[in-house]
Amino acid sequence: MTQVRALLAKPWIWSFLGALAVWLAAIIFTHGYGAGGMLTAALSLAVFTVIVGVGQMFVITLGPGNVDLSLPANIGLASAVAMKVMDGNDAMVAVGLLAALASGLAIGAANYLLIWALRIPPIIATLSASFVIQSIDISYGRGLQIKPPPGYADFSNLQFFGIPILAVMTVLFTVAAGIALQRTVYGRSVSAIGQNMRAAWLAGVPVGRIRFLTYMLSGTLGGLNGALLAGYFRGANVDIGNEYLLASIAVVVIGGTSVAGGKANVPGIWGAALFLVLLLTMLNTFGVSAGVRLLLTGLVIVGVITAAGGQKALR
Amino acid sequence: MSSGSIAGRTPVPLINSLTPRRALRALLPALSLALILIAIAYLNPRAISYFGFNLMLNLAIPIALATIAQMFVITGNDLDLSIGTFVGFVGCVTATWLHDAPLFGAAVLIGSIAVYAGLGALIYLRNLPSIVVTLGMSFVWQGLAILLLPKPGGKAPDWLLAVMSVKLPVVPFPIIAAIVIGAVVHVGLMRTSYGAILRGAGGNPVAIARAGWSLLKAKVILFTLAGIFGVISGMALIGITTSADANIGNGYTLLSVAGVILGGGEFVGGRVSPIGAVIGALTLALAASPLLTFMHIPPDWQVGANGAILVIVLAARALISRKDA
Repeated sequence: MTQVRALLAKPWIWSFLGALAVWLAAIIFTHGYGAGGMLTAALSLAVFTVIVGVGQMFVITLGPGNVDLSLPANIGLASAVAMKVMDGNDAMVAVGLLAALASGLAIGAANYLLIWALRIPPIIATLSASFVIQSIDISYGRGLQIKPPPGYADFSNLQFFGIPILAVMTVLFTVAAGIALQRTVYGRSVSAIGQNMRAAWLAGVPVGRIRFLTYMLSGTLGGLNGALLAGYFRGANVDIGNEYLLASIAVVVIGGTSVAGGKANVPGIWGAALFLVLLLTMLNTFGVSAGVRLLLTGLVIVGVITAAGGQKALR
Repeated sequence: MSSGSIAGRTPVPLINSLTPRRALRALLPALSLALILIAIAYLNPRAISYFGFNLMLNLAIPIALATIAQMFVITGNDLDLSIGTFVGFVGCVTATWLHDAPLFGAAVLIGSIAVYAGLGALIYLRNLPSIVVTLGMSFVWQGLAILLLPKPGGKAPDWLLAVMSVKLPVVPFPIIAAIVIGAVVHVGLMRTSYGAILRGAGGNPVAIARAGWSLLKAKVILFTLAGIFGVISGMALIGITTSADANIGNGYTLLSVAGVILGGGEFVGGRVSPIGAVIGALTLALAASPLLTFMHIPPDWQVGANGAILVIVLAARALISRKDA
């Protein structure tokens, strides 16, 4: 009993319970048909939200006002960069991935440069940057119809007994992110800055460097996500990252990370990502129209944040 | 966001003395607009005419109205990421129900303003991050708009078309409209005592609460005003485009934030400028499309131009402020 209570006290448990609830609702509706397939599909799609969610989590943990709004544009550009560099050639996969990572890294660095040089809130800096990146992407990726290399596309869709390989790798990645957050000087510094930037600075935390690293981390993960999405959906697209603005912030908040900063939660990101994906799956099995799906998704997010609420506001 | 000032923002002096640098900073929005106009005049002198301004600034009116809506939300230290899809939703209601059943359409629009008021109350009472709430709401408005108008279409009410295509003597209608919007909001927010309370609710909520004012009421009023201006923006947009599309307002979210900041608004502390916001919206509207067209730059770079202007103006502001400190 005490174990159950301890489990319920974890902030991330609710997102997993929510994911379980919508999955059950969906399979009750289909009378159990396709229950496993739903989970496989949910795992494959949740991967992309988890990757950007982790980056966004580190940024949001830096404290009030820190958020990366340039992720969608970043993902879009990286998907185009990856496809152009790979050029449908399996031998170029590694180079293409590195190019996408570099593109994301550069965007993250540019974001922090704007924050630091112009002394503007990160929201405005990443917003301005995203305008410019979007245009670069539209211009660079115009009419881009390069398919991903066949080996790379197959790998992104590879499954092992119904478990996508990408999902396994992403679980390992999130474990690493959790260790980095809890057990490394970098991770503890991020939390310290989020709890009290001035106190962290006085305690000798290199505030500027840690923030710089964090924005670069978020940017790099955006770049990685772009390359993976292009492989999974078999092609780059300017709008490929659009849904990840809401998704990345939503999984962080639903997953139990404090929007006021200073308190991050890695497992919750998986629960929240599965919850969001399964919610869409459930609405699709119910056969609702696109309008109703958007409406309900929005209401659920507002409802969850209202129920979770009671924290210091993000801004 | 409240602790964002730790990094060493210049303290606000008690006496609002007008040093040359501060005057320069206040004039920055107007200067950037003037610069864009000069560039347009140089590239295409014929654009600087009654007809030219009517054409170039037509779509600036709804953008300016949406920017004012965003400015009210920013005044209270919040951010509205749903204003674009809200404008789109209003547009769909305007082109369908307001045209076919005016009374019902008007009731729906008033109801949507009430939703905004409710959001303000919810965000204050539950202490929620406005970014997440409004991001969620952006899906709600878009969903409703798609349900209402799955395919582009509908028709604007005749009276609205008449209002938006009115031809005034000498000065083009969009310019008059911009001046009226800026002046009305300036008087209301900057020159009335309750306007000062509203700004104070963003600047120093604790002090305002200690002085006996209701922060809940202030937040609800700010969001209600945002809803009202969002509705007017959507209606004005449909008055110009004559028909609607569920995605028609999507770009307005980011444009409105950019307009407020460009116009000298600060992200925290209730420091906003209604006149600056209108000027910021005009600058973005002119720079995004007419200027690029005259410079023969492909429309791919429209959004990018807005981003670049934002960065340049903020850089100029940082330079001025740094010397001031």
